[in-house]
This record gives sequence, structure tokens and C-alpha cells, in this order.
Amino acid sequence: MSYMKALKCRECGKEYPKEALHVCELCFGPLEVAYEYEKIKGVLTREVIEKRAPNMWRYKELLPIDGEPTVGAQVGYTPLVKADNLAKALGVKEIYIKNDAVNYPTLSFKDRVVSVALSRARELGFKIAACASTGNLANSVAANAAAAGMESFVFIPSDLEQTKIVGTLVYGGTVVGIKGTYDEVNRLCSEIAGKYGWAFVNINIRPYYAEGSKTFGYEIAEQLGWKLPQNIVVPMAGGSLITKIHKAFKELSILGFVGPVTTKVFGAQAAGCSPIINAVKEGTELIRPVNKPNTIAKSLAIGNPADGYYSAKVMRESGGWGENVTDEEIIDSMKLLAETEGIFAETAGGVTLGSARKLIDSGRISRDESIVVCVTGNGLKTQEALAGKINPPTIINARLQEFDDLVKAGGKEYAVRA
Amino acid sequence: MSIKVRIPTPLRKLTNGSDEVSATGRNVGEIIEDLEKAYPGLKERICEGDGKLRRFVNIYLNDEDIRFKNNLETELKENDELSIIPAIAGGAA
Repeated sequence: MSYMKALKCRECGKEYPKEALHVCELCFGPLEVAYEYEKIKGVLTREVIEKRAPNMWRYKELLPIDGEPTVGAQVGYTPLVKADNLAKALGVKEIYIKNDAVNYPTLSFKDRVVSVALSRARELGFKIAACASTGNLANSVAANAAAAGMESFVFIPSDLEQTKIVGTLVYGGTVVGIKGTYDEVNRLCSEIAGKYGWAFVNINIRPYYAEGSKTFGYEIAEQLGWKLPQNIVVPMAGGSLITKIHKAFKELSILGFVGPVTTKVFGAQAAGCSPIINAVKEGTELIRPVNKPNTIAKSLAIGNPADGYYSAKVMRESGGWGENVTDEEIIDSMKLLAETEGIFAETAGGVTLGSARKLIDSGRISRDESIVVCVTGNGLKTQEALAGKINPPTIINARLQEFDDLVKAGGKEYAVRA
Repeated sequence: MSIKVRIPTPLRKLTNGSDEVSATGRNVGEIIEDLEKAYPGLKERICEGDGKLRRFVNIYLNDEDIRFKNNLETELKENDELSIIPAIAGGAA
């Protein structure tokens, strides 16, 4: 049973059939999935959701597929960690990490969008999955396509982190490295999508794909005991996730699962690629593309963000704001999160926490209010960024005396047995 | 003056299949009015009811987005070229 009504243009409202379409043919606006919320209200309650298995499909009525999911049945329901050590370090009352660094199967939030995109693509009859990616999406499309028995073509900038390349190649699909920026990869993929007719998850399947991000927001609300946080800080590349988290909160409110949405939504970008933050800070609706992104947060290095306008709007209208951080600040925050909470986030996580810290320090986020920081990917995938930034292990021979000397040199006293 | 205007695939139905047409005007707004006269219906596709450029339509003057110049009032000179480009690349629709 599907509660998906149609595709609808976000700009002019023109409706389209639920096919592999993503651009309004009248005004060129992006298409979005529209649902029949009244019917959903009749079947979905908090109790129904709570009885279901702990994965993102517990909210399936709010996701754009006609039947049951066929790809990524185990994805989602990652931990929401109450980060008390971090709270102490930052001098705030209540802070949480939504930790998609441990999302299944490829350790990033992209498994959410890909499982929706490929489940829908199969319903529409596609046999070949494809994407343009800064890395995490590449991993996820390759893995989920392999598990679903689909052929895959993944297009990435050729200078990606080695781990993200290996973590795509291993699944056996075709990986094409393009000499250029993500934006150039994406432009090429639009042409390939038009010519070859494959299911490009972030292009012609985008209206369905993007909806998967809503589950990140549903889970936060449910894990907070069906409450919304007062503040949320979200990393932005193309700007889709931040808009979908806000949409998720609004939908839960429409369904009566939470009260009115008063969450202030904050966006985070790297200083070397901040087209959306720049627009927010300058108070303009115009997103000026960044031609040559330059940051260690490669997963966020999208110079021409597809949802830039809408993400700036969400920040503005929710009473939030945006902030950006340098490479040094990114690494500093990756280390802080690891040392206080035992969570190894990728560079994008450093961007998000680093921006949150600046927003707290500047008073944009109140120290007395609840804060959720969104970690969307795993630090094991971006280890190169830490090369030379953390102390190497101390090497000794396998002799007790050498260890004793080491302890002595460290200057701290430990109790020993006689 | 006469300016060359590149037409994207989805709008070529209106220009009888041409991917490049000529139009006359001193600024981008006048070019759009002139295009509308020659190809009725074209203006509605790229402009809102109040005449403003639609949000997901970009017009480039010699590779620079007119939104970062003087928008529809951006003045034109001899040998300038305009390209109309949907912000989101579509299929062949």
C-alpha cells in the first residue's frame, strides 16, 4: 500500500506521475514526493512504529515506495548518543550525537538514501544503478547494488581519499574516476543519465532518493522520546539533508507524533567550500558557486549545491544560522569528539562539531538548550586527513624494562604490584 | 543590437528545433521580450508572472551568471552571447 500521491514541483506546484523524473518541464524547478498524510494518519501511530524492527523502514509509510523495501532492509536506527563528556567540555547542558558513522552497511547516512532510491528504482524497472559521488554515496551505491544483484556505475572525482575508492571498488561494480571537481562529475553524469537511461540515484531518481534522509530526522525525534531538539546542527554538501530533516520534523508534527516544530536549524560547511553559509551570512537568496573547493572535508566539497536555496531558507525561517570552519578546526573537533565520546567521525563530522562550537561561542545556540549534532560518516574513511596531526605510537622492544622506562619518562605515577 | 542566444534542449520545441537564435535588445530583459515575439510562450518558461527570472533558470552572459551582474537589466554589447541553462540538468523532456 503506497501513500505516495505524486511528484510535485517545489516551485510551481505542477504534479507529475511517480516516475523517474526530477525536473519540472514547465519551470525547471526540482520535483518532490507528495504524500497522502490523512491516510497515513489512519494507519501509522507512535505505538505501531515502536513495535517494528529497529531500522529506518519502521517509518515506511512516509517513504516513497509502492511495495515493501527490496534494498537495504537493515539500514538505519543508528545510536543517538547523549554526549555528557562533550557537554562538559563545551559548557552546554544537553548535547547529543546522532551517529550515522555506524550506519549499515557502508558507515554513512548515504545508506538511507540509497536503500530508498534503489528500492524505488527496482519498482520502476531499472537494472543498473549509478551515481555521481564525493565518496560516501559511491560506497553505498556499490554495496547496496551488489547486495540487490544490480549492476553499478559509480562516478567520482579522481582525487578522492584512497579508502573511499577501495571501499567502492571492492563491491565489483564499475568505478570511473573523473579528472575534475564533483560539480564537473555531476554535470557529466547528467549527460550520461540522459543518454543511457540508468537509475542515477542523485539525478533522475533524486526525488525518491532525497526522501530517505528524512529517516535521520524521524529517528532523532523518536530517540528523544518523541520530542524535537531545540537546536540541530547539520553538515551541508548539496544541502539536501538539512531540508529533509526539517521536513521530517514537520511531518511528525502533522501526524501529531510531536508538538509544533520550533527547532532552530543550523548548517555547517568547510571554509574552503561554503557557498550556502556565505549566502546565509550575507543575507542573500543567491548562492554563488565555488569553482575550486579546497578542504579536507571532501565529502562536503560541492561548489554548486543543488538544494542551496532551500537549505538557506530552512536556516533562515527556523531561526537558525550557519557557520564554517577551517581545516585545522575540523581536525581539532574530530579529535575532541573522539577523546570525549569515543566517536571517530569523518572530516565532515569535524565540520559539524566545529561549526556547532562556534555557534555556541557566538551565542547563536544557547548553552541551556538541547543540541543535536549530526555525524554522517565514519572517520576510518578519511584517515589521510589526520596524517601528521596525531602522535604516532611509541615503539619499544618486547622488554618490561623498556616499558618501565617509558612510564618513568611520562612523568605520571601508577600503582604497581610488589 | 542583435545578440546570439543559446537555447537548451527542453525549449527547442518553441524555437522550431533551433539550438541558437538571434534576438535584439539593449539588455537581457529586452532580449527576452524580443524572443517572446518571435517564439510565443518562451517567456513564460523562463520568467515568473511578474517578469522575474525563474529561480531554476540560469542565463549566462559570456559564461557569467547574470544574477551576479545586473540581472535582467544587464546591458549587452556587440558580439555578446547569451545562454539559457536550466539549473538542474534534465533529460530530453
